Amino acid sequence: MSITPVPYGWWKTPMHAEEKWWVSIALVWCIAITIAMPAWHFVGKQNSSQEYYTISVEDFNTLTEDFIEKYKSGTTGPVGDNQDEWDIVTPPPGSDIFLRSMQWRWDPVLKLKAGETYRLHLSSIDVLHGLSIHPLNMNFEAVPGWDYVLTITPTKAGDYRIICNEFCGADHHGMIGQIIVE
Amino acid sequence: MSEFRTCSITGLKVHLPAEKLIKINAVTAIVFLLVGGILGLLMVLTRWQAVHLLPAELFYRLLTLHGIAMLVAWIIFWEMAALYLTSAVLLNSRLAVPWVGWLQYLLMLVGGGIVTVIVLIGGADVMFTSYVPLKAHPLYYLGVILFAVGAILGCVVFFATVVVAKTEGTYTGSLPLVTYGAACAAIIAIITLSHGAIVFIPTLLWSAGLIPPMDAEVYRLIFWGFGHSSQQINVCTMVAVWYMLGSLTVGSSPLNEKVCRTAFVLYVLFICIASEHHILVDPGFSAAHKSWNTSYFMHLAVLASMIHAFSVPAATEVALRKKGYTRGTFEWLKKAPWGNPGWSSLFLSLVGFGFLGGTTGVIYGTEQLNILSHNNLRIPGHFHATVVAGTTLAFMGGTYYVLPLIFQREVAFPGLAKIQPYLFGIPIMLFSTFMMVAGGFGVARRSADMYGSGGFSVEYSPIVDISLSIMGLSGVVACLGGAAFCVIAVATLLIGKKIS
Repeated sequence: MSITPVPYGWWKTPMHAEEKWWVSIALVWCIAITIAMPAWHFVGKQNSSQEYYTISVEDFNTLTEDFIEKYKSGTTGPVGDNQDEWDIVTPPPGSDIFLRSMQWRWDPVLKLKAGETYRLHLSSIDVLHGLSIHPLNMNFEAVPGWDYVLTITPTKAGDYRIICNEFCGADHHGMIGQIIVE
Repeated sequence: MSEFRTCSITGLKVHLPAEKLIKINAVTAIVFLLVGGILGLLMVLTRWQAVHLLPAELFYRLLTLHGIAMLVAWIIFWEMAALYLTSAVLLNSRLAVPWVGWLQYLLMLVGGGIVTVIVLIGGADVMFTSYVPLKAHPLYYLGVILFAVGAILGCVVFFATVVVAKTEGTYTGSLPLVTYGAACAAIIAIITLSHGAIVFIPTLLWSAGLIPPMDAEVYRLIFWGFGHSSQQINVCTMVAVWYMLGSLTVGSSPLNEKVCRTAFVLYVLFICIASEHHILVDPGFSAAHKSWNTSYFMHLAVLASMIHAFSVPAATEVALRKKGYTRGTFEWLKKAPWGNPGWSSLFLSLVGFGFLGGTTGVIYGTEQLNILSHNNLRIPGHFHATVVAGTTLAFMGGTYYVLPLIFQREVAFPGLAKIQPYLFGIPIMLFSTFMMVAGGFGVARRSADMYGSGGFSVEYSPIVDISLSIMGLSGVVACLGGAAFCVIAVATLLIGKKIS
């Protein structure tokens, strides 16, 4: 039994045919999924970004402020129960765009053009945050000290939300941002 | 030999100091299960958006404690009991250095106690993961370190006992498979708990204001060497308990010792690498680094689970066929002891862990697919299938044997015990499944209000409402199933009929 000691020599017992088949099939499947992961980087388009840099929290904040000032096209006006306001930024296609996360906001509101490509710089200036683009359910981590560059091409016009999905403190659930695609 | 008693059921010699330690660790585990379960009920009643019970602050605080009470305290205290059981009792041996065992218990109790108090008074609203630079009170980290060090001592006592048994010749041949599996779990435990101690020492110093914070990504990498790899202790112990339950319920023997033991070795060698899948959508690590590490070195740790998934049920089939249930393909399964909670726990735990938990783990841990599951409800859906439907249910099944064999009392309320694994196992599988469905529509985990509050509004597919309602209902029923287990266990200790 499995709970009693086993006499020596157990390593000489040959495997049953069924067991051999099962282990072989499982091994082939494991190798297949192992190969699939790196292979998808060459044949697929659904890979997470490989581009990232270290950056100080202050520098990233300055870059975001400059970016907002340069391309600001308006404000949202007071939104919801809390009457918070956001700057709306309309950057030119192909440009570097910045998305700053902090307790408990995403800044700015980005207005993008469908079919155009942008280099989205994602980071946090305090604790960890999670970028979840809703309703696409695309998720990336926003990490202080790291500039994570996501090359994005919005394909469909719409009003998207950014949900924070990394716990970041008392008002974590209220940390919702907006991306508008025209 | 007054330090021993002979078990009237198994004929095994039971070392009394070992028995005491098994009892105290098991009882403490069940107390934490009870606490964690009550918190779980509050969690499910909050995430069930139609009920939405707790205010945000309390939800986050109690969610932190729910994670720690269940994932850390209940499971690791039970594992300590399992380590002493599979070493001293199964090997007919005395427990080496019982005082170190008591030190293990004391450190874990004090550590767990400190963490619990600090979280409850609001000093550590940081979740189980406590990602830097989100800061908790220094005592929180100290509590975790004490707990981890205590658990490492338990592993040391286990290995010392195996050595004592070997040198004193209390058994002949090779270790029983169950003890072998427990040994592999203990090796994994030492690796992973060391990661915990390593990452929490600088975090403690930072929290106390003595050193600058460490890089957030470095913390995440090392933390998951503890946070996820410690779940592999559970996997490994759970598989060992599966083999034990197979033996105790239907008298099964492993089909091939070599295959089963090789599979356990694969766990030891490759499963700790798995922690990397938590940082698949993070900056700071290359795709090559992520792919290599999340594939657990060619998915060989997954292969190990696949082997156990075959050999555990196959061993019970052989045992049942030997009893004469040979008609057709499935007579053995029909005639299995479905009224024995040990058996039904084993079976449901296999199904829950294998079909729901393990598969989704491999899927969500794939680099590209992780983009669609990172930090949404798919993740807690996955680990409630592995750790609750899998590990917790297996440990409940194991408890139904620890009660008569170690506590020497007949299980109280046998009628309730018969249905308890179903009452717990089936709803928890539904709960996990529909959590994952909601996650697929982008509902975030660890959120006190998925609709946000105050600012931009968020809308979801109507399927989300239905999924969360099914999740909520089945979660409540699963809590009842868990409560039934606690009632049976406590009643057995208090009023269970003594076995002499």
